Amino acid sequence: MREAALNVAIPAVTEQPIRSSEDMVRLRQMVRDRAISAGLSLVDQTKIVTAASELGRNTLIYGGGGKVIATSLEHGGRRGIRLEFCDEGPGIPDIPKALSDGFTTGSGLGLGLGGAKRLSDEFHIDSAPGKGTRVVIVKWRPR
Amino acid sequence: MERIPILRMGRQLLVTIQVDMHDQLALTLQDDLTRRIVADKAKGVLIDISSLDVVDSFIGRMISNIAAMSRVLDAKTVVVGMRPAVAITLVELGLNLEGVRTALNVEKGMALLQEADR
Repeated sequence: MREAALNVAIPAVTEQPIRSSEDMVRLRQMVRDRAISAGLSLVDQTKIVTAASELGRNTLIYGGGGKVIATSLEHGGRRGIRLEFCDEGPGIPDIPKALSDGFTTGSGLGLGLGGAKRLSDEFHIDSAPGKGTRVVIVKWRPR
Repeated sequence: MERIPILRMGRQLLVTIQVDMHDQLALTLQDDLTRRIVADKAKGVLIDISSLDVVDSFIGRMISNIAAMSRVLDAKTVVVGMRPAVAITLVELGLNLEGVRTALNVEKGMALLQEADR
C-alpha cells in the first residue's frame, strides 16, 4: 500500500483539516509519506511523525480544531519537510511556560509542545490570547 | 464499534496492536483490558506493539495507565516489541514509561509474566 502510494507524485503542498481523531490518523500517514519521499532516515521519519502527532493533538484539543499545511523543502541541495499547524483557538498566554515539560492546562502529560520542539530541527511558534496559535516545524535530511 | 481484540492464554491476556490507533480506540482498549483482567482473573497483560511505527505521548500515557490499573488489580503488564526508532523517539520526547516492564519480544515477555505468576 505504502509503496504504491510512493509511486504517485506527492504534491508540493498538502493541506488537511484537523477536526477529529480520525484526522490525526490521516495526518500521521500524510507526514510519513512525505518524510519518506524527502529521503529522511527511519529514525527521523519516526521523530517528525511523532512531533506532528503531538502538535496535531494540540490543534485538536486546545485549539478546537484547525489545519495542517505540509510542504516539501529543497534548499541548496538539501531536502526536508515543513509542517505548519494553525488554529483559531484561545491562544497561549505564556509560551515559555507552555514549552516547559510537565506543564499542561489539560489532562495530558505536558510533553507535547516541548517534545515536538526537541524532535524537530526548526521550531517556531506564534500565539497570543484570542489570536489562535500557529506552530511551524522543519525536519531536514542530514547532508 | 471498532475494538482491539484481547486474547486469553491461561492466566495471561495478550493484546497485539496492529493498527494506527485513533484516540478513542486507545481509550476503549484501556477500558476493555481493565474489565477483562477482573472478568478473567488474569495475572498478567502482554501488549505487543511491534507493528506500531509511532508511539506519541497519548499512546505512551495509555500504556502507563494500563500498567498502573493492572497493578492495582494485581496483574502485571509487559510491553514487548518496541521498534528501535520508536524507543529513540520516545526518550527524546521525554517519555520514560516509568513503571512499565518491557521485553524484546512476545516469547520473552510471556516468560516474564509466567515466572512472576509462579
